[in-house]
This record gives sequence, structure tokens and C-alpha cells, in this order.
Amino acid sequence: MLRQHSYWQLFSAVCKKDVQLAFRQRAEIVNPILFFLIVITLFPLAIGPEPGLLARMAPGIIWVAALLSTMLGLDKLFRDDFNDGSLEQLIASSYPLPLTVLGKVVAHWLITGLPLVLMTPLFALLLNLDSQALVATVLTLLLGTPLLSFIGAIGAGLTVGLQKGGILMSLLVLPLYIPVLIFATSAIDTSTMSLDYSGQLAILGAMLVIAIISAPIAISSALKVSVS
Amino acid sequence: MLHIKSVTCIKQDRCLFADLNFRLKSGQIMQLAGPNGAGKTSLLRIIAGFSAPDEGQVMWQGESIAKNYDEFARELLFIGHKTGVNNQLSAIENLRFWLQIQGYDTDQELYSLLAKIGLVGLEDVPVRTLSAGQQRRVALIRLWLNDAKLWVLDEPFTALDKAGVAFLQQRFLTHLEQGGAILLTTHQDLTTHFAHLQTVTLEYRH
Repeated sequence: MLRQHSYWQLFSAVCKKDVQLAFRQRAEIVNPILFFLIVITLFPLAIGPEPGLLARMAPGIIWVAALLSTMLGLDKLFRDDFNDGSLEQLIASSYPLPLTVLGKVVAHWLITGLPLVLMTPLFALLLNLDSQALVATVLTLLLGTPLLSFIGAIGAGLTVGLQKGGILMSLLVLPLYIPVLIFATSAIDTSTMSLDYSGQLAILGAMLVIAIISAPIAISSALKVSVS
Repeated sequence: MLHIKSVTCIKQDRCLFADLNFRLKSGQIMQLAGPNGAGKTSLLRIIAGFSAPDEGQVMWQGESIAKNYDEFARELLFIGHKTGVNNQLSAIENLRFWLQIQGYDTDQELYSLLAKIGLVGLEDVPVRTLSAGQQRRVALIRLWLNDAKLWVLDEPFTALDKAGVAFLQQRFLTHLEQGGAILLTTHQDLTTHFAHLQTVTLEYRH
């Protein structure tokens, strides 16, 4: 038997498997986008179609909708692997678990986060968002949604062993999303006033870098606790 | 190679086993016996390093497995009750994925191996459409695809037919001849004669 120790092979295998599975069950990709769309269309119906008001509220609406729709896929992130024993095989591999986890979180972002970023320009039209704010929204989502995946995966790892872990996970994770929400919406608000919002983006970027480094370690500890 | 040093496991205030000691040397096969709920699977999971013993240590080549788990994992093949086979993927995809996460070369004769274990023509259909025994076979092909020294197998014969059980035991023999060690639980008696078969019986404790 030939052994080849390649971190890239592990990372790409884990990531590819999840993306492949998502494409096989398209609902996994389509549902969060539809959810996002429905939440966004509910707001004009509920608060009235006045363009000025909608444009004012749009950043908040888009971000809260993005937050909730990334939560949809989180519960499934480790559950299938936990149920069929793949998680044990991943732990009993000679590769470090944090790297495996990184692959899974990146796959989660590719499935749920990236489509949201790509669809946002379309949805922004529904909320009468001007072009300046649109650029800011897309940029904050680009930096913010991977952050949501990383933070959420910690909660998913902790609750994967529980029977009805989904709601508990939301309670654990949503408060941790608050800083992301504050800086992202503040960046968009600033952009509507034609001011420089690079400061908020830098903070989001810094949070993302810290998450990439430290979250996989936390997630793998959580998974080990859940499996034992 | 493997040394279980006064291992104790307590679950839900019930002591499953206490102060358990045994050694497993290269070329040896050990069968864990005992009634349902005696703690066989718990012991296997402790040995595989998924859960920590409440007391005692699991030693591999003279070192505690907790100390350098990745090194131990390289020598370990674990197939549990939950086999780690994804239902949505095909047999070939499952095997490729497993080879990749274990760091093996994927460029192998997987099709002929699948034919050998009796899965001709079923390589590319999702595993969930296969029968229970065939799904088990997909998981067990890993036994032909590894160079691990220690095999830890939880009920490997479940859902297998008689021919499958005999075929599997032939594979056990060659693994033992090559200096490997096997630790397994099964409620069936082993039908092939093994020269170095040990049995450890766990009693059900109240």
C-alpha cells in the first residue's frame, strides 16, 4: 500500500465530497436561497412599499436574512457524517482533524454563503438599494458569510450528538453572530452616506482571519466531545 | 503491541468493566465476548481512542495512545457499528473518499477488488439501494486496502452470508501471518481455526 501524506488531498477530498453531495440533493443549495428571497420579499409587504424606507432598512434586512439562511444548512453540516460513522473515520485518520474540519466549513460556505453573495445584487433591486450601498453589501457579505460558517460550525459540532440539537444550536450561535452583524450593517450605513467604510471591512477581515486560524481547533475539540 | 492497562469504564453510574488488563501481540486475534450491554463496543471505542477511559491507559508500542494519537491512527483500522459509508455516494466514491482521508494512493484496482467481494455491476449505484449485507461488504473492502497493523472491528459479520464470513476470515488469516493484530467483537463463533485466538469475556455488571 502506498501512503502519500498530502494535506491538500485530504482538504480537497473532504470539501469535494460535501459539494458533490449538495449537488446530488439540490434542495440543499436551493432552499437557503429561496428562504433568503422569501424573507426579503416579506419585509416590503409587512412595512409598506415606500422606497425611501425600504432603502434605509435594506442592509439590516439583507444581513438578518443571510444570517438566518446560513443557519439552515448548519444543522446538517456534521449530522450525516455523525450518523453514518464517517466522522469516526475522519477522527481515526492520521491527518490532523482541524484540517478536515476546515475542508467541511469551506464546503458549507461554497454551498450556502457564496450563492447568497452572488444573488445579492438581484435581491437588492427588490429593496431599492442604491449602487454605492450595493457594493458595500456585497463586500461585507463576501467577508462576513465565511465568518458565519466558521462560528456556526462550532455550535454544530457541539450539538451534533444531541437528538434535537438544531434549536439549541441556534440559541448558541445567534448571539455570537452579533458582532458580525454590527460591523457589516455599520459598513453599509456608512457607504450610503458616501463615507469611507474600509475600517469596518478591515475589522470583518480581521475577524475572518482569526476565525480561519482558531475556529477549526475549537470545532474539532467539539466534535471529539460529541463522538465520545 | 497493544497493552490495555487497568482500564475502567463507567457509563450512567454503571460500571461496565473495571481494572481490565490484557495484551495483544502481533499475529494474535482476540475476540471480545459478553452479553448485550456488557460494554464491548465501549471498550473498542476506548481502544480506538474515541473516548477516554475513566481510569487506566491504552498503550500502543509502549506509549499511551492519547499522547500521540495521529501516529497511532496511522496503524489503526477501525470499522464500527456505524460503518462510515455514505448512503448517497456509490461504492467506488465511498472507497476513493476513504482512501483519500486515510492518505492512501487512490490509483488502485478498485473495480477488481469490488468484483472479488461480490459487488460486480453495483459499483456505481448509490449505496442506499444495496442490501444490508452488500453495504457491509462495501465497508469491509477497507480490509484489503490498508497497511494498518491493528484492526479493531465491531461486529464485522453482521448481515454477511456464510460465504462472506468465511471469505473475511481468510483475510484475517493473511493479516495475522503478515504480523498484524485483530481485535473484534462477534456473537457468532469464528469458523476458521486461528492458532493464536484469545477470548476476553466481559460480564454484565449491575
